[in-house]
Amino acid sequence: MRTAFIQELIRQARTHPRIFLVVGDLGYSVVEPFASEFPDRFLNAGVAEQNMTSLAAGLASEGWHVFTYSIANFPTLRCLEQIRNDVCYHRLPVTVVAVGAGLAYGNLGFSHHGIHDIAALRPLPNLTLLSPADPGEAAEAVQWLAENPGPSYLRLGKAGEKTLHTVQGSSLGPIRVSKPASAGPASIAFAATGSVLSVALEAAERLAAQGQPVTVFSCSRLKPADREAFAELWKYPRIVTFEEHVLAGGFGSLLRELAPDGIRMRSLIVPETLTSVVGSQEYLRTQAGLTVDAAIRALESFSASPTTR
Amino acid sequence: MSEPLPMNLPSVAVGVPPAVESGVSPGGPPGSVTVRTEPAPTIRSSVDLAAAIRAHALRMVTRAKASHVAGALSMADLLAVLYSGVLRHRPDQPDWPDRDRFLLSKGHSCTAVYATLALRGFFPESELATYGQDGSRLMAHISHKVPGVEFSTGSLGHGLPFGLGKALAAQRDRKPWRVFTLLSDGELDEGSNWEAILLAPQHRLDNLVALVDYNKIQSLGSVAEVAELHPLADKFRAFRWAVREVAGHDHNAIRDALETVPWEPGRPSCLIAHTTKGRGVDFMQDQLAWHYKSPSPAQLADALRQLGCPD
Repeated sequence: MRTAFIQELIRQARTHPRIFLVVGDLGYSVVEPFASEFPDRFLNAGVAEQNMTSLAAGLASEGWHVFTYSIANFPTLRCLEQIRNDVCYHRLPVTVVAVGAGLAYGNLGFSHHGIHDIAALRPLPNLTLLSPADPGEAAEAVQWLAENPGPSYLRLGKAGEKTLHTVQGSSLGPIRVSKPASAGPASIAFAATGSVLSVALEAAERLAAQGQPVTVFSCSRLKPADREAFAELWKYPRIVTFEEHVLAGGFGSLLRELAPDGIRMRSLIVPETLTSVVGSQEYLRTQAGLTVDAAIRALESFSASPTTR
Repeated sequence: MSEPLPMNLPSVAVGVPPAVESGVSPGGPPGSVTVRTEPAPTIRSSVDLAAAIRAHALRMVTRAKASHVAGALSMADLLAVLYSGVLRHRPDQPDWPDRDRFLLSKGHSCTAVYATLALRGFFPESELATYGQDGSRLMAHISHKVPGVEFSTGSLGHGLPFGLGKALAAQRDRKPWRVFTLLSDGELDEGSNWEAILLAPQHRLDNLVALVDYNKIQSLGSVAEVAELHPLADKFRAFRWAVREVAGHDHNAIRDALETVPWEPGRPSCLIAHTTKGRGVDFMQDQLAWHYKSPSPAQLADALRQLGCPD
C-alpha cells in the first residue's frame, strides 16, 4: 500500500503543483523518488512529529497541500493536539499519512500497533478519514485527496498487500466488493475497513461454498460519515464488522452509532488487552480473533443469541 | 480613534510631523501604505500606543472578569513597536499577501493583541468591549476569526512550529515577507518549541523571528523555581540562532533590534526581551497572583491613572 501511495502521490504532484511532502525521518526506500523529482516540495522534519505537524499546518496556511508521513502512531497520537488545533480547527489542507496502521508492524511491538488512531482522530472537526484496504484503494484515496485538499487522515497498511478487488469509489463511501460466488440475496453483510478486508472476503468465500451467501463491503471512508453515508449497509439486518483497531471509537463503534434500530452487529476487533503479544500481522490477527473462523462463529452467534451486541 | 494611526510611529513623540497624504512602510513596495501621517490626537508615539494597549487590556480583563492581564502588560511594548513601523501590514487589508506574519504563541495574553489591532484600525475599538462575552469573536485565547490575527493559539508550544512552516513557505515561494512569533518564557518548557528551534537554522530560515517575553514568572512560580531557562541566550545560540537581548520596555532598543533583522544571514533571529510581568501598574508588577487575578473596579481606576489613561 505504501508503494501505491508514493507512486500515486508522485503522479498527482506532477499535476498539482502545491502538493508538498513532509516526512518524520522515515520512509527509507519509499520517499526518495518524490524527493528527487520535487526537491523544493519535500522536507525531512526530523524525529519530531509535533513540529512536523505544526509546520505542515503553517505551510498549508500559505497555500500548500501538505502530506505528513510517518509510521504507526507517530504522525497521529504523538501530535494529536497539533492535528486538532493547528490543522482541523484552522481547516488547513494537511493530509496525515500513517503507514503500518493496525497490526501491520505487529512484530515491532506495542509502540507500533496502530490500533487507537481511528478513535483518536474520528471526533476531530473538519477531518476526512480514509482507511483503504488494498493498493488500489490507497491510490484512489490519494487521487481523491489531491482533488479535495483539507484536513485529512490516510490510514495505510505496509508494503506487499495483495489487490483485493477492482471496484472504484472507495473514497466516497462503502463499496460492495463481494466475489460473484458469494453475492446474491443475503441478509448478512461483512463490513471491513483496512487490509483486514482480506479476512472478510475469505470468510465470505468459504460461506458461499457452504451455501450461505454474504455480501462484503469495503469501508475506506470513515469520516465524514452519517447514517445516510452507510445506507447500503442498512439493507442488511445483520452485520459483522472487521477492523485492526480496538472496539472503542473504532469502525464497529462508528456503525453502532449510526445504525438504524433493529440492525444487529458483531465486531471482530483487536482487544484492548492484546498488549504484550508480539508477532507477525497474521499471528496477531489470530491472537485477536480477526480470522475466518472467528467470522463464521460471529455469524453463527446471531442465531444463538437474539440480542444485539 | 477617528483618524487612522500612521504606520511609522517614533518611540517618543517629537513634535508634530508634517501632514502628508502618502507614507510608505519600510521595505514595502512603493505606495503599499496610504495613510494620513497626521498623528491621532493622543497617540503620537509607540510609547503612547503601548499605554493605550495596556489601558484597553486592563479594561477588557476587568469587564470580562478574566485572567492573564500581567502577561499582556509585559509584552505591550513589544507589540507597540512591532505595530509602529516594524511589521509591514495593512489594517484595511488584513490578508494583504505581502504582509509580515505576526503570531501570538502565548495566546492567553490576547487582550494586548486585540487592543493593538483595534487601535491600528483592523476593527473598531468599540468591539473590545465584547471581549470574553458570550458570542463574541474576541475569545479569551487569541482567535484567527479576528481581523489581523493569523493563527489561534491557547495551548502553548504551537506558534513557533507553525511560524516555521510559514517561514518555509515564504522561502520556497521566494516571498519577501517575514514571520514574527511572540512566545512566553514559561512556554519554552514545551518540547515542541525546541523541535522548531532545532530545525529552523537547518533550513536557513532567516525570515523567522522569535520574540521571547522574558518576564521570568510563569503560571505556578518563577521560571527559576519551575524550570530555569538561564542562560537562555546561550541556549538559542547553541541551537544556531542569532540572538539579541534587550530591555523589553525600551522602545528604541526594541526598534533598533527588530528593524535590522536578520542579524546574521541564514540564521533565524531570537530577540530575548527582558520584561516585567504586570509592567506599568505598581501593584501588579512581578506578582505571580496577577497571572490569574482580575482587577476590581477600584483597582482598574488606579491602574488607568498610573498609565495616564483615566477613563
